[in-house]
Amino acid sequence: MGLDTAAARRPATPGDRGDPRDRGDPRDRGDPRDRGDPRDREDPRDRGGPQDPRDRGGPAQPLLAVTGLRKHFPLAGGLLGRPQGWVQAVDGVDFAIAKGETLGIVGESGCGKSTTARLLMHLIAPDAGQVVFDGEEVGAMRGLSVRDLRRQMQMVFQDSHASLNPRLTIEDSIAFGRKAAGMPVPEARDRARTMLGLVGLTPGQFAQRYPHELSGGQRQRVNIARALAMEPRLLILDESVSALDKSVEAQVLNLLQDLKARLALTYIFISHDLNVVQYMSDRVLVMYLGKPVEIGTVAEIYERPRHPYTEALLSSRPSLDPRRRRSVPPLSGDPPNPINPPSGCRFRTRCPLAEPVCAGREPLLAAAGPDAPHPVACHARQPGSGHTRAAA
Amino acid sequence: MSLMTASPRRPAAPLVAVDDLTVRFVSRDLDLSVVNGVSFTLEPGETLCLLGESGSGKSVTLRALMRLFPPTARLGGRVTVDGVDVLALDERRLRAVRGSLVAMIFQEPMTALDPVFTVGRQIAETIVFHEGASYRAADRRALELFDLVQIPSAARRLDAYPHELSGGLRQRAMIAMALACRPKVLLADEPTTALDATVQIQILLLLRALQRELGMATIVVTHDLGVACETADRIAVMYAGRFVETGDVEQVIDTPRHPYTRGLLRSTVQGAAKGARLTPIAGAPPDLADLPPGCSFAPRCPDAREACLAASPDLYRPAPGQGARCLGYAPDLAFEASPPLTPAEKDLAA
Repeated sequence: MGLDTAAARRPATPGDRGDPRDRGDPRDRGDPRDRGDPRDREDPRDRGGPQDPRDRGGPAQPLLAVTGLRKHFPLAGGLLGRPQGWVQAVDGVDFAIAKGETLGIVGESGCGKSTTARLLMHLIAPDAGQVVFDGEEVGAMRGLSVRDLRRQMQMVFQDSHASLNPRLTIEDSIAFGRKAAGMPVPEARDRARTMLGLVGLTPGQFAQRYPHELSGGQRQRVNIARALAMEPRLLILDESVSALDKSVEAQVLNLLQDLKARLALTYIFISHDLNVVQYMSDRVLVMYLGKPVEIGTVAEIYERPRHPYTEALLSSRPSLDPRRRRSVPPLSGDPPNPINPPSGCRFRTRCPLAEPVCAGREPLLAAAGPDAPHPVACHARQPGSGHTRAAA
Repeated sequence: MSLMTASPRRPAAPLVAVDDLTVRFVSRDLDLSVVNGVSFTLEPGETLCLLGESGSGKSVTLRALMRLFPPTARLGGRVTVDGVDVLALDERRLRAVRGSLVAMIFQEPMTALDPVFTVGRQIAETIVFHEGASYRAADRRALELFDLVQIPSAARRLDAYPHELSGGLRQRAMIAMALACRPKVLLADEPTTALDATVQIQILLLLRALQRELGMATIVVTHDLGVACETADRIAVMYAGRFVETGDVEQVIDTPRHPYTRGLLRSTVQGAAKGARLTPIAGAPPDLADLPPGCSFAPRCPDAREACLAASPDLYRPAPGQGARCLGYAPDLAFEASPPLTPAEKDLAA
């Protein structure tokens, strides 16, 4: 898939960050071929990969486009129940995912990666922002309802045990969503057994078991099967392999790669493990304290990182060569509290390049020019920002 | 320096000597053999890393050095630390050893620290208990310790409660507490697993510097190859309660000998080409309540033979300083001559 297509980049352009509601119907933007009008569709034979009858905009239209996503959680306990403060969990996240690609989201705890995932699924309601799924705005008047969204977008969580109902057999857990969506019970059960086979668990052996009778890796396979039973087009994997042992992690990563190719899925792969994200993703979004700081292809982020935070994150990885150990930690201190984040650039309190301009103005995630490298939210990398390291 | 036997060149007893340690957890309807015969020695200034997956017995082995177990544990073998027979101590003398001779850093500082006392008070209490110092002297020492573990504005942070500190500072406070009574052996159970990447490397480097400075023997338990590479002098790879491979860190990483270690190193995503298939170890870790009689890795091993199912293999020495519990390194050639087991035969064994 074209990762750097205009469509993929469009929502992240600078100067486009006001109230998303001021911008009218998202379907009015962009190339007319991107719209969901069937007459304008390209010849399906031109496209690679399996066809999906639910595909509306063709390959050029991002499967998911997010603009200005924001969620601030109130801190309870103030006078008369008024909030004492706000946790700025996610504060202005923009990105787009092309069909069939894997977007990795990395960052430390508290950077808002899991909140972003939950906002996309509408498991928590966003304060502001717009989620457009294949050309249809989610939750809008004539757009996609949240219920319909969840048939097309499913999620696999970190804790494989907590995310399964201990009183349901594996088969019932997997069939549950389909039954709730109106499928007759025998058919839903059949489907559940097919899904079990798909994730590499023999239905005859596993269908009637309960979650506690499975190992961690097997339970995570069941969670994947349950998510896929709804035939989603987009799967959000939120730290889905983080709790697994290394030898099992590799099995599940292989399975995820196979399923993606076989079912033409699109993934959002969230993890704190930079190595796993590098292995799985086509493009990577780096987040820090609720803000995206850098987005680019895997090669761009891992080989030519531009944000000082990304650089620090990458050089914090323990080496796998005992003869070449790290000697100096790239950063000191912990990430600050997202309750009262620093003004301006949120990374400036730990940044080796920080200057007064960083405290005054917030850098926007932006590409610098026409043939510019990938977008980064850093004054030191943006020409004309006033930072001494930036080009004038 | 040898891990499995005391070196003949060193007449003095090693600082830590563990000999044929076994730990079982027994209750009314459960009998789990978690550690099944672990032996090693450790000298001052040395860092041993116990590497293994969950359930491999690495944390339990570590806790045996302090006998930090619930009453359901049944221990066997011998554990000697600085001449003290840890498994034979009575409760009162065990309390005196814990914290002063052997100290421990836990994975999750939030649950290991007491939430209702300030961290300074908790450190001072340790010093008062073990060394009989006054609280005034203990407070001074706590301040020195906070400087030692590089906590900024140390005096102010001593008066903080655990929840008021960030994860990295909490872990530093716990390290300070562990060092409070100048232990000879420092145990670290997944010391950085709960921390963020940029904080993890700070703590690993701090531990390395402290150990160099204070000359303690250190045992680090981890599931993370990267942590092992950053900290260890020697690595012991654990599987189903046994050391399946031991050696210098370079030996184990460069030329892993046991099929399990080889599989572990092969299945890592680090350095794997994007989209290329990983080579995972087949199957899942064994059920400790029902271990096979032979090599516990045999059901997952690509090279398993008939003989592997019969008895647990001894520790062989494929190279000087390196050991592997695998029949493939047995001096007789029966292993090479026999055909590998088919998957069906392995299933039958598992």
